[in-house]
Parts: sequence; structure tokens; C-alpha cells
Amino acid sequence: MSIAYQIVVCGSIVPDPLQTLEPVAGPAGPALKNEMILPAVLDPWAGHALYEAANLAKTAPGSKVWLVSLGPKAKLQQVMMTVAQKVPFELVALDGPAGGFTDAAETAAALAEAIAAIPGLDKSKLLVFGGWESAARGAGATMQMVGERLGITDQFQGVDELKVGPDGSLEILERIEGGKHQISKCAGAPALLGWATGNLPEPKNNPQVGMLNMRTVMPALQKAKPAKLAGEGLNFASVSLPKQLRETRIVKDQSPDAIAKEIVEWIKK
Amino acid sequence: MLAASWSSNFSLFGVCLSWDSRKLTLELQPLTMETILLLAHTEADGSLGKAALEALGAAKSLNAALAGSAWLVGLVGEKIQPAADQIAGCGAAKFLGVAGKDFAPSRYATDAAAAEALCKAAGATLVIAPGTSRFARCLAGMAQRLGGRVDTHVTGVAAPDGKVAVNRWYYRQRMEAALSRAQRPWFIVIDPGSQPAWQGAPGTAAVEAVAVTLPDSAKRTTVTGVRAPAADAQTIRPDAQLLFVTGAGWTKKQADGQTHVPEAEKIIREFLKVGRASLGSSKSLVDLGGEGQAILPFLSHLNQIGQTGATPRHPKGLSTCCHGEEPHTVGWRFINERRAISLDPNCGWARGKADVLYVADAFAVMGKVNELLAAK
Repeated sequence: MSIAYQIVVCGSIVPDPLQTLEPVAGPAGPALKNEMILPAVLDPWAGHALYEAANLAKTAPGSKVWLVSLGPKAKLQQVMMTVAQKVPFELVALDGPAGGFTDAAETAAALAEAIAAIPGLDKSKLLVFGGWESAARGAGATMQMVGERLGITDQFQGVDELKVGPDGSLEILERIEGGKHQISKCAGAPALLGWATGNLPEPKNNPQVGMLNMRTVMPALQKAKPAKLAGEGLNFASVSLPKQLRETRIVKDQSPDAIAKEIVEWIKK
Repeated sequence: MLAASWSSNFSLFGVCLSWDSRKLTLELQPLTMETILLLAHTEADGSLGKAALEALGAAKSLNAALAGSAWLVGLVGEKIQPAADQIAGCGAAKFLGVAGKDFAPSRYATDAAAAEALCKAAGATLVIAPGTSRFARCLAGMAQRLGGRVDTHVTGVAAPDGKVAVNRWYYRQRMEAALSRAQRPWFIVIDPGSQPAWQGAPGTAAVEAVAVTLPDSAKRTTVTGVRAPAADAQTIRPDAQLLFVTGAGWTKKQADGQTHVPEAEKIIREFLKVGRASLGSSKSLVDLGGEGQAILPFLSHLNQIGQTGATPRHPKGLSTCCHGEEPHTVGWRFINERRAISLDPNCGWARGKADVLYVADAFAVMGKVNELLAAK
């Protein structure tokens, strides 16, 4: 039995991880210094979710992938130029803040509303994917809240593997403590999966895929609905970089034996 | 301004004097009497794990800091009496529990139903819970269901002026924030390893059972097992005293112009065995496999620490052959004592981040370390 899935991936943008980040006080609360000009990328774990979604769609004929993304429109456009070349999807864009200091509950409300408004959405075929944590807030909260709002109570987080059985059941591997995976079997869609790294490499850029995607990406960006995230009830007393700079003792010109002895003594201490 | 309003049955008025540039103001403000619920799940043997005891310690401290607050314990699991007895002396006003075979597995639908019932039965305004994988899967959803808010990976909880505030990190442990919230219930999920575990004598606790009727839809998912590496191949050990971090340098060409990956594998494996360390890895080393380069076969993305990996907590950390600047080093943000071995004396991973940097060849040093540890 092959099910044509409707796979909705929630994925936002984050500053390029290699950038130096510095918090500043903004008019609406904490923000990042030069946030609007920092190079941005698709959130890494959300990226894995997108690649896994595309891979599943390829193996389940008739399936379709949507990418629901909330972020400043201009930044979304910039990131989509690259992401759109990776795998086929239809973009649903929301114009609003994507920073780490926004509230997960408000972000989830905006995302769930956008998902529910996708024309022809059939819950019996619905798989909601996303990263299990973002590289910004890193709370692992948004996807669960999206699921609750959509009435999905088969939820999985830290997913590294999904296999679809011949009967439409889903076998899912989730990360748990101690480098282990919990294996679960779910009867089928609807389900929500917060992905960790998965098993797929990042697809190479494919200009043909990019051309196809851009037909829907640009109109989606043009009609991106504004999402106001007010941070109601949330009050930041402080946001700061860790001050601690260690006085590093540099040990040079010592033999491996001497260094090894010192290290062993330290380990044993 | 003397007008005030409040909606909670647990509120009283408090007096607040405030001063701005124009006038001194006397204000009556509602003081909310918080009801704190320590929410915990049992382990397979019915006991409470270390993470739960840490959350318990945080809940108890918060109760002490919040005048007039009450605190209760809510337990979920197949059998909860052993866990309740384990913490019978913790001072909670009441023990509530949801028990039964349906609540043995770590599963969103049933854990959420149990947590919902316990929070409602307790009338909780603050829910303190351990950030285990089981609760990390469901408590944010629970906050949504109950109209509350959640903060996860919390590393500190306090109420210095009678107002609850938490600390947590943003942007993958690169900046720390202190924040508070007005909404209730507020789920505060404590990062394991960040708090001292509660210690106390066991006893006999009376547990009030909270009934939960599960719809069939809550059992669409079945937990069928756990996949774990063979005992001798298990390289992630959360309770280890030492985190051993391996960088991409282990697979690069060495002084003789050749790579020595089999030798690197042997040295690292031997050190994990004799040093009883947990193994972390830089992203670049884990990713090498996808790039068709020589790899260390026992490494996976589960070992990855840093920007897109884990941020484990261990008392000590030793990094070897790692390189990179600040964004890469967040992987050992929560390591107390840090030492590094690198051929680069200016390595950004180590300078200012490590206590000691050994400028040396890790192959030579770690080989000797293994010999010394094996001989002891």
C-alpha cells in the first residue's frame, strides 16, 4: 500500500553558525547585533527534516512537500535562493521575526494557522516535519505546540530514521539518553516528527529543481502573511555573552611522556 | 494608584513602593501564591533517576524562596510507589500519581495525558520537570494544551525578589538569558546535570491516584524497543568523569605525509576503555564520511558536540586534534576543567577556552597516556 503523503516541513532561518553573535537590546526586547545583515541559513535540523521529507515524497508517489517558514521576508528570499535548489517543495512564507528570543508559543500559533490554511490539506495523509530544536531558541518546543494546535498526538522528537511499512505504519527511531535510540511503531499519519540529523547528506544544488521551485517561491514571498510575535508576558532581565575567559597555560617543548604523565595525574585527581 | 484586580483564588495584596523622577508611588499589587508541581517519570525499575532528583531539588529550593507557595509531587509510570517512597522525606505537601501499564512507555500521547491530569489535579501554576528525552518530547505540547508556557534547557531557577526567574542559553549555548513569564502554568524543564540532586532518606509516602481515561487514539503508537550499540561499542557515557573530544586532525596527514586512521582508531578506542571516558566529536570529523574521506567508523552524529550537536556535562574534558573558533567550542561550554592537545599553539578551540593547552602530537601523547592508564 502506497500512501500519497502531504508532508509539511516547518523550518526557519538562523544566522550562519560561523558568525560571531552578540546580543543587543532592541525596541521589542533582546536581539542580535546587526541581525538583519548577518548571513542566514536554513536552520540545520529543519534542513535535515526537509531533505528527509523530499526523500520520503520520492518513494511515495503522489506525495507533496510544503516548507512553512517564518522569517523576515527579505532574509527568507535570500535563503530560499539556495534552499530551493536542493529538493522540490512549495513554500508557505510568513513575514515576521525569526530570532531566538521570540516566544515558541506565538511562533507555533502562526505556523499552525498557516498549515491549517493549506488548501486541500487531508489530515489522514499529513506528516508534519521540523527540526527537533532550532539553532536559535533551541527549546524543542515549537513543533510540539504546532502538533497540539493541529490535534496531532503521535509526536516524536530527535528522530534519526523513519521507515514506512507496507501497511502504512511508521517505524521511527528517536534519540534518547546515552547514545541510544527508542524504536516506536505508529499506526500511520497523521504524525509529527522533529528531526535530528537523520541519515541523508545535504543534496547538491540542482538548478532545474531551483527553477521549478522558484515559480512558487517568489509568489509565496510576495503574499507572505505578516506574523506579529509580541512576546506577551515574556520579560528578559538580561542576555549576555559568557564573560569567562580562561587563563590558558600553554605547555610547549615537553616530551610526550611528560605530557602524558601530567594528563594521567589530572584524570586520576 | 490604589486600584487593583486579580483573578486567582490564591492571591493576596502586597505593598509596593516605587519611585520615579516625579513622585513616590504606593501601590497595592496582587501577590500570586504559586503552586509548584514537581513532575517526574519513573525509570524502568520504578525508581526516580538522577535528572528527576535534580528537578526535585530545584522545586524544593523554589518553594523555599517563594513565600506562601505550596509544592506537590506528581509521578508518572507503570509503578510509582517505589519512586514516591524514595523521596518520601522531601517535604512535598502531597504526592499525586498516574500509574499503570499504559504509562510505562515513553510515548507522547500517554505522557501528555498523564501530565495534563496531574497538573490539573495539583492546580499547578509552576511545573518543574527534568529535561529527559521522555519529557522533552511532550511537556511543551502540554504547556500548549493547558494554555501555559514552557522554558526548556533551564540551567537556573530563582526567585530573588519573590518573582520567579529562570536562566537558559540561546543560540546553541552562545549567550545566556535570565527571563520571567507572566503566563501560568509555566513549565520549567531543567537541563539534566545543571542542578544538585536532592538527597534524603526514603520512607513511605501516601500517593493519591489520579485517574486518566485514555482514548484509543492515545495508543496508536507502540514502543517496540531500544537500539543501543553493543556494550563494548558504547562510546557515549553521560555519567563519565571525562569527555574526550576528537577533532578532524586525527584523520589528516601526519608529519610523515600519510594518514594514520587505523592507528587513530586504536588509540581512541583504547583510551575510551582504560580512561572510561565519553566520546565527543567535532562536526567536521563526523561529516567526513559523507565527503568520501577516511573516517573513524565508530563515530556517528550522536557523538557530535557543538553548534549542531550536543552540549554534554562532564567534570573534565580533554580535546584532541580539534580546531576552530568560538562557534565550534560551544560543545564544551558545560565542561568544568578543560585541557587540549593541539599542534597549533594559537588554536581558537583552546586559547582562552581551555585551562591547559599541550602543544604536541596527540598520537604520541595519547599512546603514552594509554600505556600509563593500562599500567595502573
